[in-house]
Amino acid sequence: MSGQTLYDKLWHSHLVEQRDDGSALIYIDRQLIHEVTSPQAFEGLRLSGRKPWRRDANLAVPDHNVPTEKSEREGGIDGIIDPISRLQVQTLDDNCKDFDIFEFEINDRRQGIVHVVGPEQGATLPGMTIVCGDSHTSTHGALGALAHGIGTSEVEHVMATQCLVQQKMKNMLVRVDGTLQPGVTAKDVVLAIIGEIGTAGGTGYAIEFGGDVIRALSMEGRMTVCNMAIEAGARAGMIAVDEKTIEYVEGRPYAPTGEAWQRAVEAWRELHSDDDAVFDRVVELKAEDIKPQVTWGTSPEMVLPVDGTVPDPANAQTGSEREAISRALEYMGLRAGQAITDIKLDKVFIGSCTNSRIEDLRAAAAVVKGRKVADSIKLAMVVPGSGRVKEQAEQEGLHEVFIEAGLEWREPGCSMCLAMNSDKLGAGEHCASTSNRNFEGRQGFGGRTHLVSPAMAAAAAVTGHFVDVRDW
Amino acid sequence: MKSFTTVQGIAAPMDRANVDTDLIIPKQFLKSIKRSGFGPNLFDELRYLDQGEPGQDCSDRPVNEDFPLNHARYQGASILLARENFGCGSSREHAPWALDDYGFRCIIAPSFADIFYNNCFKNGILPIELDEAIVSRLFEEMYANEGYALTVDLERQLIVTPSAEEIAFDVDGFRKHCLLNGLDDIGLTLESAEKIREFEARWRDQSPWLFGKLA
Repeated sequence: MSGQTLYDKLWHSHLVEQRDDGSALIYIDRQLIHEVTSPQAFEGLRLSGRKPWRRDANLAVPDHNVPTEKSEREGGIDGIIDPISRLQVQTLDDNCKDFDIFEFEINDRRQGIVHVVGPEQGATLPGMTIVCGDSHTSTHGALGALAHGIGTSEVEHVMATQCLVQQKMKNMLVRVDGTLQPGVTAKDVVLAIIGEIGTAGGTGYAIEFGGDVIRALSMEGRMTVCNMAIEAGARAGMIAVDEKTIEYVEGRPYAPTGEAWQRAVEAWRELHSDDDAVFDRVVELKAEDIKPQVTWGTSPEMVLPVDGTVPDPANAQTGSEREAISRALEYMGLRAGQAITDIKLDKVFIGSCTNSRIEDLRAAAAVVKGRKVADSIKLAMVVPGSGRVKEQAEQEGLHEVFIEAGLEWREPGCSMCLAMNSDKLGAGEHCASTSNRNFEGRQGFGGRTHLVSPAMAAAAAVTGHFVDVRDW
Repeated sequence: MKSFTTVQGIAAPMDRANVDTDLIIPKQFLKSIKRSGFGPNLFDELRYLDQGEPGQDCSDRPVNEDFPLNHARYQGASILLARENFGCGSSREHAPWALDDYGFRCIIAPSFADIFYNNCFKNGILPIELDEAIVSRLFEEMYANEGYALTVDLERQLIVTPSAEEIAFDVDGFRKHCLLNGLDDIGLTLESAEKIREFEARWRDQSPWLFGKLA
């Protein structure tokens, strides 16, 4: 019998019941909860008279709706101007109190984007199964965990039973070997992967990311890569545990200590695919081929290296591809053959669960240090991923670098990644964004999103258009 | 959950690939704390010419006449014909809630995104995957025939076209069972409560660090 993949190991260690029809019950160690996808789940519990199966498995934090402007944020929930957003954040608080679930409230120092907060607090750990009513839950797979997004009915199901009904996914290995060029980051790697396999290429798979490049990435970089597994269609992305993982987890507030730590580390060292493990699909990329990436269209797979030119629908392979390119060009206000570096920008957003960790902010700050945001940029904002990230950035003086350069320094939250609060694009505005989705209207009605790395976004803020950060 | 046995109804087109859940229901409507009422905002950015806001009366809004769901011939449709990778992106269950609230009970496409596919079954909606060529043919027949209606029989796993052609489809046995009987799968899982407790006790012994208290 061949060896097991990391996904196989995580699956089998959490298997409660395998049913004859192919479905299985999988035990869930941690559920993360935010205000948008939970109210109907709590309501379902209430209507059926059920209680959470294990309250300590749940951790809640509001992130999607919270204001990021200091003046609005200071008033806590009562200070939220939009009454519908205010009610949703208030409802999370109320539900957590009613069901005795622990929450980092809106102005707790530990509040932040749920996928930044989990690893940072040690609330998500290697070897765990982790769910959240949010597709970017795949982020936590960077720790060697099985983590994926679920719908609200499943949020309720996990609250009530501590299990999920699942069917085992197939195994895909994405290997990136070699050495990245300076200026090429985890974000560029994952965008290049999505460009290679397509936005549905990972459907039905759990993706393990491996190879020299992944091993060399920091934990923050690994989270960026796993975060976007879902943009390639895979619900779960994951990376094997190594010394870097263990070093990252050690000393975090909810990480084990003492003897439990020793036992945990011993168990975690097994969290890698066996040498003879068999994957259903293997995709290989060479680091040397990866340049800084920029999306030009309305799906993350519509991505090009910064020195590329916008595609011509006339050169499309199929009718549906031609139609998709034409529609994207029209929505994005771009013309075939236009150089990526000629795309003029209106706004710059540095933040989101993809790229709002300390390393991301350091990279952006290094680019703008001593420079100024271009006059043509209407708004450039930096939104740290959590209160802890914000504190650390301020200790390092990064906020001063940003403010001096003309970027706004905001309070933590999801912000303009999905524009549920007041941070949004106007119709027709082009944005260099470190977030994860360039869908139509994602960052605001009619808004035009270009996904890039923090360094690329920062450079674009200075010049007003895309530039190759390798030349910076 | 409401059951799904046989649905007979008009088919309407969503004729583009990679329709994401942001397009199905834009984020501003996710601020609702309810499960219902999303139908008027289904495909909001395609259906209307202005920017929709939660709580707004949609009957006065300027309508995009080019969008098929606004055409008289597709009114009352309960089956949506779609293209590959339908429902990609965000995990928001508001997407199937909006489709259901609008009146769609069945979606036929060459492929679906995983989370969306799963969410449909939790809401009495049947997503059916068919070969791309067959889906394309259904699109052509629908465009060519006003009032084009299909019958979807879950028990027999068949789609019946107006010309009485029968097209077979696959569906996972457990999901079929739940859908046919309108079963609440929390109740079903809790039938295994004893097994869950046994697993949990064993897992706690083996990995006690996963059971710490959060404070």
